[in-house]
Amino acid sequence: MAELTGVVGIGQTKYAAKRAELSMPGLLREAALRALEDAGLTWNDIDAVVIGKAPDMFEGVMMPELFLNDAVGGAYKPMLRVHTAGSVGGSTAVVAASLVQSGVHDRVLTVAYEKQSESNATWALSISMPFSVATIAGAGGYFAPLVRGYIRRSGAPDDTGIRVAVKDREHALKNPLAHLQLEDISFEMVANSPMLWDPIRYLETCPSSDGACAMIFANEELARQAPNPVAWVHATEMRSEPTMFSGRDQVMPQATLDNAASLYKKAGIQNPREEIDCAEIYVPFSWFEPMWMEGMLFAPTNEGWKMTYEGATKLGGELPVNCSGGVLSSNPIGASGMIRFAESALQVRGMAGEHQVDGAKKALGHAYGGGSQYFSTWIVSSEKP
Amino acid sequence: MSEQESDANEPVEMLRMPVELDYTYSAGTSASRFLRAFAEGKLLGQRCPVDGKVYIPTRGSCPQHGVPIDGEPVEVADKGTLVTYSIVRVPSENIPLELPYVAIQVVLDGADTAMHHVLSECELEDVHMGMRLQAKWKPREEWETSVGNILYFIPIDEPDAPYDSYKEHI
Amino acid sequence: MRDVAVVGFTQSESVRRERDRNEVEILIPVIHELKTRAGITSEDLDFVCSGSSDYLAGAAFAFVSGLDAVGAWPPLCESHVEMDGAWALYEAWVKIQMGYADLALVYGFGKPSMGDLPLTMALQLDPYTTMPLWPDAVSIAALQARLCLEGGVLSERDMAEAAARDRRNALDNPNAQVAGDFRAEQILSEPYLVSPLRKHDCAPISDGASAVLLAAGDRAKEMCERPAWIRGIEHICEPQELGVRDLTRSRSTEIAAEKAGVGAGKVDVAELSAPFSHQEILVERALGLGSDTEVNPSGGALAGNPIMAVGLSRIGEAADRITKGSANRAVAHATSGPCLQQNLVCVLEG
Ligand SMILES: [Zn+2]
Repeated sequence: MAELTGVVGIGQTKYAAKRAELSMPGLLREAALRALEDAGLTWNDIDAVVIGKAPDMFEGVMMPELFLNDAVGGAYKPMLRVHTAGSVGGSTAVVAASLVQSGVHDRVLTVAYEKQSESNATWALSISMPFSVATIAGAGGYFAPLVRGYIRRSGAPDDTGIRVAVKDREHALKNPLAHLQLEDISFEMVANSPMLWDPIRYLETCPSSDGACAMIFANEELARQAPNPVAWVHATEMRSEPTMFSGRDQVMPQATLDNAASLYKKAGIQNPREEIDCAEIYVPFSWFEPMWMEGMLFAPTNEGWKMTYEGATKLGGELPVNCSGGVLSSNPIGASGMIRFAESALQVRGMAGEHQVDGAKKALGHAYGGGSQYFSTWIVSSEKP
Repeated sequence: MSEQESDANEPVEMLRMPVELDYTYSAGTSASRFLRAFAEGKLLGQRCPVDGKVYIPTRGSCPQHGVPIDGEPVEVADKGTLVTYSIVRVPSENIPLELPYVAIQVVLDGADTAMHHVLSECELEDVHMGMRLQAKWKPREEWETSVGNILYFIPIDEPDAPYDSYKEHI
Repeated sequence: MRDVAVVGFTQSESVRRERDRNEVEILIPVIHELKTRAGITSEDLDFVCSGSSDYLAGAAFAFVSGLDAVGAWPPLCESHVEMDGAWALYEAWVKIQMGYADLALVYGFGKPSMGDLPLTMALQLDPYTTMPLWPDAVSIAALQARLCLEGGVLSERDMAEAAARDRRNALDNPNAQVAGDFRAEQILSEPYLVSPLRKHDCAPISDGASAVLLAAGDRAKEMCERPAWIRGIEHICEPQELGVRDLTRSRSTEIAAEKAGVGAGKVDVAELSAPFSHQEILVERALGLGSDTEVNPSGGALAGNPIMAVGLSRIGEAADRITKGSANRAVAHATSGPCLQQNLVCVLEG
């Protein structure tokens, strides 16, 4: 029933700790203009705008999309603002795609961003409410106990996380837009970096970045006119579950398993590990790569770490993961999910540059957020379904 | 004047704009009941009417079943089992604890949900999953309607809980 | 396009301050009642979407706890907009159009009594040039009202009459916060709050929540004897900067109304969520409503204004009139941002 929809334009900013030369509108424009250029379009060709970002309190602007709208050509157009915690960049892409898939619009621009240099995310995530005591130090403090839970139940070797970090940081050296470019990255360097939230080390952690990512969707007819290759959207999916309830599996939530099963079913995928050529997975702390290898059904329960260990997730491996360097290398929070979606599309368009996976035809984009409770994913392909 | 001129040529890259907003917070009907009991040193949970699981603290509804939780309170012990933890070595401006500290999830005896807290009076290398813990309370005269009445948890001399007994809480 | 209808609507009372209940506790009975009335459980929901604002709660991710009221188990296909629930309904409608859902739950909630709402809304303005001046929401609206008065677009009496009408209508609405047998003269004799706005030109500050069920085609017919079919739903956003748009009309409402096909037939009932009396008049005109349209039978936003739910409630109220048979064709309106920056228009038919 859904209209066939393609990604015809992608634009990303250079990710950095501080893009001080740009205001927030300037940051969004840098990404949006690059997407328009890629698509060979102008602002007037866009029917609607969808903006995504993480909590408003990060930059201290309430519903910032209202003041940003005209900077991305949204004046006198429909505009939506999505917010689904850390998965927001992915969900924003899903909502933008749905505007075309539903036949409501022909061409839609979506932009997700975060300007962490104008904000204090750890403060915003750790506000002490009355009658309570703040004990959770930001996202790392929240997720470290879950990582420990995963290590305990899977029996994964302690250095799995280090290996993921080294791999993603090596990948980042092939992506000129990546924030962290550590030329001398090595196993020892990660292993010797300070333990922040035991068992998570400094270099197993994502940075704080400024950045924006934009994509343009078009229906089949308009996508045919695109000057560059198109990434066709085969399926999108979202799943959420509550943060806390009795017996909740926080390490491998039902929501990720349901999300994966439903996504593959919609995309007609029987064997994800064989049929998917590469994946961009939301890995803000290195251990989440093996965890989501299981969560996305690429590996059997408790065996996700083996893929990392065997080198399957390296560029050149069986299922390269985060060839862009991933969230570990660039983390403008609200955009981080959309970057996963955009990078998966770049791969199947053959436009990923030095971090291109040879012959990638089908790719997965993935984002998660909240207390490992929000998931959004998609499958894109160089071929129509 | 010359200083102003040079300023005029400098791009404005950052301006500090402190925002201060006051909020009047209500804990909610359900959490208020929990906190009032807490002020008297009692830990009150409540059962989900669907599966009978004991939630502490209660938040007014069962998140899993979407039904109001408004039945009789169930008293829960101030002892429990450490289900998972992290040793935190990063300062956070909202958290006044000395580094490093041990952030834990603990399931109290009689409860079916884990709560976040901190562990103290324990060597870092001795911290492990399954260890038995006891709440360390503030002096009674300082108790108020706050989770802060429990300063932290401390290890107690009891055999570890077997992994299978608490693994469903991770 | 698929036929999609509103098949259920519930709301809390609008109250100035929910002293005891937190947001989730306000929401629980609203969603529970909607599900019970429709005879469904969470498992029946193909999609759930909500609207709320972190800044009302003073905490990041405030919307996450809203899920606790739904019972998101097994895990739900779910999304959230940092916008009024009316836009959450729009997202759900799109999801149904693309064939990914047949039955969707939409909700909005807000508890602005926790903070200083007019001041908090200053944070919506350009953070580099405007917000540092801390212009509160009432003052910004007053500037717009002054422009309208000086430009001869409307009079203070027009404003007072709109306010009095809404409050009189609200006498029949048990969920309203401000209701009474008001007359324009009486309102005009009041002192200014922020000139030229009087207290009664302003919507109250309300805590509250509402929820709507959307269903497609046959599913809607099974669930509801007289579904309120969505025949058009459009929304438009203007640039925010007050100096670059004509504040004496609501251009975005005009465009949305035209695209939604408001003028294609007689409008029996219109439910508007403009939070100030002069804005209500601007919206009424932008929609092109005539004297044969009953405006705000519920009292509209001027009688109860649970921010983040108030727009969704307008759609619910309009749909209710169709479901109950007192209207055949209705229009609902939602707004967001300073001076009617962003507007949504929904046309419903029996
Ligand atoms: Zn339950």
